[in-house]
Parts: sequence; structure tokens; C-alpha cells
Amino acid sequence: MAAYLTPNRALIGFVLALGLIPLLAGQFTVTIVNYIGLYALVALGLVLLTGIGGLTSFGQAAFVGLGAYATAYLTTRHGMSPWGTLIVGMAVTTAISLALGFITLRLSGHFLPLGTIAWGISLYFIFGNLQALGGHGGIDGIPSVDLFGLDLGNSRAFFYIIWATLLAAIVTTQNMLDSREGRAMRCLRAMTMTEAMGINTLRYRMVLFMIAAQFACVSGWLYAHLQRFVNPTPFSLGQGIEYLFMAVLGGAATVWGAVFGASAVSMLKEYLQDWLPKLLGATGNFENVVFGLLTIIVLHRARDGVWPILMRVFASTVAQRDAARSVEPALPLPKRDVPERGSDVLQVINVTKRFGGLVANNKMNLTVRAGEVMALIGPNGAGKSTLFNCISGVNPPTEGEIRFMGQRIEQLGSREIAKLGMSRSFQHVRLNQDMTVLENAAIGAHLRGRKNFVQSAWRLDREEERRLLWEAAHQLQRCGLGEHLFDTCGSLPLGKQRIVEIARALCSDPTLLLLDEPAAGLRHLEKKALADLLDKLRGEGMAILLVEHDMDFVMGLADRVLVMEFGEFLAEGLPREIQTNPKVLEAYLGGVDE
Amino acid sequence: MDSAVALLLAQDGFTNGAIYALLSLALVLVFAVTRVIFIPQGEYVAYGALTMAAVVTGQLPPTMWLVVTLGIAVAIVDGVVAVREGAKSRLPLIIVKNAVLPIAAMVVVRLLPLKELSYPLQVLVALAFVVPLGPQVYRLAFQPVAEASVLLLLIVSVAVHFMMVGMGLYFFGAEGARIPPFTEGGLTLGATFIQYQTIWIVGIAALLIAGLALFFEHSIYGKALRATAINRTGARLMGISADLAGKLCFTLAALVGAFSGILIAPITTVYYDTGFLIGLKGFVGAIIGGLVSYPLAAAGSILVGLLESYSSFYASAYKEVIVFTLIIPVLLYQSLTTKHVDDEDEH
Repeated sequence: MAAYLTPNRALIGFVLALGLIPLLAGQFTVTIVNYIGLYALVALGLVLLTGIGGLTSFGQAAFVGLGAYATAYLTTRHGMSPWGTLIVGMAVTTAISLALGFITLRLSGHFLPLGTIAWGISLYFIFGNLQALGGHGGIDGIPSVDLFGLDLGNSRAFFYIIWATLLAAIVTTQNMLDSREGRAMRCLRAMTMTEAMGINTLRYRMVLFMIAAQFACVSGWLYAHLQRFVNPTPFSLGQGIEYLFMAVLGGAATVWGAVFGASAVSMLKEYLQDWLPKLLGATGNFENVVFGLLTIIVLHRARDGVWPILMRVFASTVAQRDAARSVEPALPLPKRDVPERGSDVLQVINVTKRFGGLVANNKMNLTVRAGEVMALIGPNGAGKSTLFNCISGVNPPTEGEIRFMGQRIEQLGSREIAKLGMSRSFQHVRLNQDMTVLENAAIGAHLRGRKNFVQSAWRLDREEERRLLWEAAHQLQRCGLGEHLFDTCGSLPLGKQRIVEIARALCSDPTLLLLDEPAAGLRHLEKKALADLLDKLRGEGMAILLVEHDMDFVMGLADRVLVMEFGEFLAEGLPREIQTNPKVLEAYLGGVDE
Repeated sequence: MDSAVALLLAQDGFTNGAIYALLSLALVLVFAVTRVIFIPQGEYVAYGALTMAAVVTGQLPPTMWLVVTLGIAVAIVDGVVAVREGAKSRLPLIIVKNAVLPIAAMVVVRLLPLKELSYPLQVLVALAFVVPLGPQVYRLAFQPVAEASVLLLLIVSVAVHFMMVGMGLYFFGAEGARIPPFTEGGLTLGATFIQYQTIWIVGIAALLIAGLALFFEHSIYGKALRATAINRTGARLMGISADLAGKLCFTLAALVGAFSGILIAPITTVYYDTGFLIGLKGFVGAIIGGLVSYPLAAAGSILVGLLESYSSFYASAYKEVIVFTLIIPVLLYQSLTTKHVDDEDEH
């Protein structure tokens, strides 16, 4: 069976079966499947927002209402064409979602959901109380949609519009996620790393929220022209919560989970509303109780929803497809100018970092030159990683000056510093464990691409995408990970994950490379390969600053070594000078009493 | 508006504001200790009010079967954990505490002449069958995912809200209810008439807030909760059980919620789904305090109460819109003054 059922064939079969429904099925089924399509479109937006972006919104029903009321009001009261009202609805939705995003998305993750609760409630009351919108009675007499002279007045014809829209949304969403901007979106939760790769996380969170709102708005427009009547009830906060249940139950991180969740919830609701009151012999919102319970059970037992579990059943097919993938050769990306060998790339001047009363770095000075490896060593807690964070802008210094390529950078954020040509790895690996090694490395090349999410949704980014992936594959091959390109990062041992971090940093074509304990967890031969790689990079004129505990590794590779202890400068010099420096020996081995 | 109306509205605003203040304190407490944004807080208000309404008319508390069922569920879950950990000796206590006790309480309450009991005893009976739902909900819905992200906890929280509203309709029906005031009548101060119930509400809210402050300042459990709120890992290393802290603050939240319901039921009709909006207004107060500051949350809640009261006079159809729009300038201010947030950097 597995050999016949490839994802593409499954999709074609699904679309064909779907196309037959309006021709063969009864009115009841057509109606239900229509509604599933409308719900799935909203749930798809929540998949992007919640599953991909790690944010959520309870106000999606309000955006649905915005789309529905915009067209209801403008077509009936002002005689606008439904296609015109769609554009107006989308424009208003975009403006409101950007405004809400601007207010809440800089704050911690839970302020967006809280803000959208308030938004959902407010809009519901406005719909119900504005006499121009018909109050609680709503608006009827909404005209049908006319497509190239074809009247789509009945629900069987409208079926095709709904599902064509949904499938287009699914395909473009998948395209978008499988691109430069999509990879950035999938890494939003690891904000420190993402910003250090030059990615503006706030922008991507805004974009995800805006897309989710637009999907909801389109769903509302479709709803209004399917029903030909709107009132406030379907746009309440309760419905907004139900959309979230659909996304969570289906699987908040997979686009097909949205369709599955919408189907499961709509059908369950249909049956539960019939059966539960009979079963329990009383009236009540029992379906809400069941949905609540189901959601809690799913979140306890399968946080990724039901769809990924279903997919695991077909895992062998998916694995086959992955194994067949390869990276197409493409033109190399343009490279940065390499500074003159021996020139100062990085100067740290009197940098002090305090955490409250604790002085983690005290008046540190160091210089890194083009074409040399500078090693920073010291006992645990000496403040090496803190200094790294100061230099890379992850956690700026309290006092002092940092110059990179002659420019002051101590006040810049990590994103601006990355743009100038500095890249880093992290001591605690920060990779997206579910993405492939290739995709993770390609994050590093983010700043070398220009195509945006709209272009990638419509596959207008393929030339650039090939070049980015080719660069990522090239860097991974250099680092000795050529055979792991399509493995998920989570499946690699920790030592190799560290090397992926280095490859990712190299993808940004850095002038200065900061490596935080790159050799930790590596076996002897792997260490040697890493030393060879760093030596080669040095030969190409790259400046490298590394923190490392493995003394053989450091002493064999570094041009100069700086030793820190208790946040202070202890010694600096050539490796052999450091190895015999009595102060260093005392710091590492303890003092010898006389 | 003349001054008499203005004073009347102010009185209304302060009364509701006091209730919102109580709820916002519970919300801040729950969020600080467990990171749960406790959307069902308002349901405890409705459950408290409607259970009390049943008790004063001599009916058995409709929630008692829920308390017993959840108690048995907790006993099973805890029992399984105990057996897996090889601590079978804990089983008797687990069963007695979670299952036998609620059943015994149900038997006792059947024997009591509920209608003839004094008012304070009736309040105790109502609380006895609502407050246990706090720790029970924590144990069953939140404890298994206590380490999950704020977002996941929020979704669980909304699911619990859905369940509690759905069951509320089953237990209490669609009809609203009122209960008699603590003390009938009121007193005339110059041009205004103040109901005694208003004084009760503001007074008891103030006392409860003071009581909570004393609890947090001076009792070992209060200090444990504060420690957990400041640093969960650190508190656990000091031997403070995160599970215990969670249950404790959910108990307090349920108590505050249920008691708030009993306080307001004499002056406003409470329906099974009334709690949600009341709870959300507590949230608006809590958000004004940034979900961290107790005094700011309380002040914000009073502001919400006053704003609601005056806007119901000027534009009653839009009072909810006006109240909820209040959070926009607040969020905007917080957004512009917060420099860098890295809360979801999870692995």
C-alpha cells in the first residue's frame, strides 16, 4: 500500500473525491462540507499563528465577522459589487490586524490572546448595537456572487468557490513555509537565535497575525454570500474559541491539521448536538463540555494534535519522498569583501557588564584581526559567554566601547550587528529540532536573500531559493555534514548539532565568526576535522573568536589566547606563553602553597 | 447628570469595582504562581452565586455531584501515581481526602435543614460545594501540563471555561437567580441612599484583600506562594512543591470567585454564563497592573467599575465596548515602555 499512496496521489484523490460531492451527495452533506471549508480556512490561519508562530488569537471570529459584515453592508446599502467589498474587507482587516499587532506583539506572548479577547467581545457588541448594521436582527438580502457571468447563487455551485479558495490558501501557505521567509517564521519561538541571524522577529509575528486575519476575513466574505444573511451570533467570542479548538485538535503545526480539525469539530458538533441531549435526557451545551474535555485530553496526550499521529501511520511513504530529495546546483551567492589580512576586525575596549550587583565582565579589552583565530579561555563562570553576548548584541554591555570594522556597535541590537557581518554559534544549541539540517543552516543565509513571503507563496522565489539552499548545502558539506542534509536536527547527536550551528553561521558569509564551545561533545577525529575547517577559514581571511575548554584544541589552533577569571582579564599571549604563565596555571590548577 | 445621579453611579462603580478588584487579585496570583491565565475565574463567581441561591431556597447544592465525581477522578489519578511510585501506603489518605470526604459532605448536607440554617452557615455550605472545584480543576486539567508554555496553558484554561459554562447550564438552568441581601435596607447619607449590601461588598472586599496581604506576608504557605511566583525552579529547590503551590492558589482563586458571587447575587441577577464577563473585567483590571502588580490591579479594577457605571449611563449599549477598549491604551503604554521580551525562548 505504501508504495502506491504518495502524498501527491493522496492529494489528487482527495481533490477528485471532493469535486464529486456537489454532483452526488445530498443537500445536508453539501452544506456540512461547505461549512467545513469555511471553518478550515480560519483554522489554517490559526495553524500559522499558533503552530508556526507560537502566538494565538481568540478574535478570529471577529475578523470573520468583519469580512461578512463589510460585504453585507456595502452590497445591500451601497450596491457595491461583492468583489469590490472583498477588497474593502481585506483592507480594513489588514489595518486592524496591524494595529492590534503593533499594540500587543512587542509584549510577552500572552498579550495577543488577551487583546484579541477584548477585540472579539467589542466587535460582537458593535455588530449587535449599530442600527446601520441591522442590530441583533442582522442584514438580509445579500446578493449572490457572479463569476464571469456565472451566477453562484446555490450552495452546490458555491461549494467549488469555497474549496478552491481553501486549497489555494493551503498550497500557497505550504509554499510560503517552504521558503526563506517561511523558515524564519518557523524559528520565531527561538527569538534570541533568530534575531542573531539578522531576522526581525516582530515583523514576522505581525505578518503571521495579518495573514491569519485575512484568511478569516475571506472566510467571512464567503460565508455572507453563501448564507445571503448575516447576524452577530456566528462572530462571537465563543465561536472564536471554537476555531482555536479546531486548530489545536487537528494539529496546530500542520496545514492539513486545520482541515482535519475543522472536519472533526463540525461533524462531532452536528452529532453531539443531536445525541447528547437524548442520551442525558436534559438540555444543555453538552457539546461544549465534550469539546473542552477533548481539547484537554489532546493537549495532555498529544500536544501536536491528532493529524501528526495519523501521518505517522503513513510515515514510510513520507520518508521515501524525503530520501529522494537532493539539492539542485545553483549560482553561488555574492560574497562580502574580505578585510585586509591582519587588520583589526573587532575591538573591545573597557567593556563592563553588570547584572544588578554582580560584575560579570570588568573592563575587558580584546582585539581580533582578520585571518587569525583568537581563543578566549577561562574556568567556568569566568564570564566568557557573557562577553560573547555583549559583542554579538544579544545582551549589550553596561559600559565600554565595541568596534566592529571600525563602527561602534555596543548600542546596536543583535540583528543590526548580524547585518554588519558578524555571526555566532550558541553554547546551548539553538536549532529548530523539527526542521532538516539543510533548512536550519539556510536560516543563516537569511540576510543574503530578498524575496518576501508573497513572492514565495506564489513560487516567484525559486531561483533565489535554489541559491540559498545550494549555499547551505555547500557550507554543510564543508563542515562534514553532507550526508545529513535531509535529517531533522533532532535526530543528530549533540556534537553534530553544534557543527550545524557553525554551518549556519558560515551561511551568512561572516567577516567575524564567534564560536561558543564548538568542540564540546565531539570525538577526536571530528575535533581534528573542525580544527582543519577553522584553519582553512582563517586562511581565507576570516576572523574567528572562540570560547573553548579543550586545551589541546585551543593550543593547536589559536594564534593568540586571552584568559579570563572571575570576569577579569588574566593574561593574553601566544599559546605557548599562556601554557607556561604562572597566573594561568594557578587559576586552572589552584595555587601552590609555599 | 445631576450630583445625585453622579453619586449613585459612583456607588455602583465602586461596588462592581470592588468585586473586579477581588477577581483581579486572584487572577494575578494564579498567573504569577502557575503562569495560567485563568479564564474560568468568572465561572466560580456564577457557581458560587447560583449554588447559594439553591441553598437558601432549601435545594441541595447542584454542584455536589460534580465535586464528588471530580474528587473520585483525582483519587484515581493520584492513586495511580502513588502505585507507580511504589508508595501504596499513601493510598488510604488519597482516597479519604479526595473521594470519601466529598461523599461524606454530600451525605451530611442531605441531612441538614438547609432552608432553616442561618445565613452564614448557608454561605459555608455553598462554599463547601464550589471551592473544592478549584484544586480539583488544577489537579486534573493543569498539573499534568504545568511545565508547558503559557500559550498551551491558556488554551487548556479556555477549554475548562467552555466545560464549566456548559455544565453550569445543566446544573443551574437558563434562569437567573438572586439571593437575599446580607442585611435588608440601607442608609441615607445627604442626597444619596446607600444599600447595606453595598457597604458589605466594599467592606468584605477590603477585608479579604487585607486578609490576603496578611496571608502572603506572614504565613508560611503565603511565603511559599510568593517564592514560587518569583522563581519556580528556585522555590522547588527549597522544597516548595509546585503542585502544592498550584493547588493552593487555585483554592484561593475559587474561594475568592465563589465568595464574590455570593456578594453580588443580592444586587444583580446572576445567570449561568454571567461569570465570564465579570471575570474578564477583572482581567482588564489585572492587565492594567501588567499581570504582576497587586495594588495596580486593584486600582485598575476600581477604574473599570467606575468606567462601566458611567458609560452605562451615557451609552449603555456600548458599555462593554468602552470597558474592553480601555486595555488598548494600557497595552500601548506597556508596549512602548517594554524594551525586550524573550519569554518564549523555549526548547
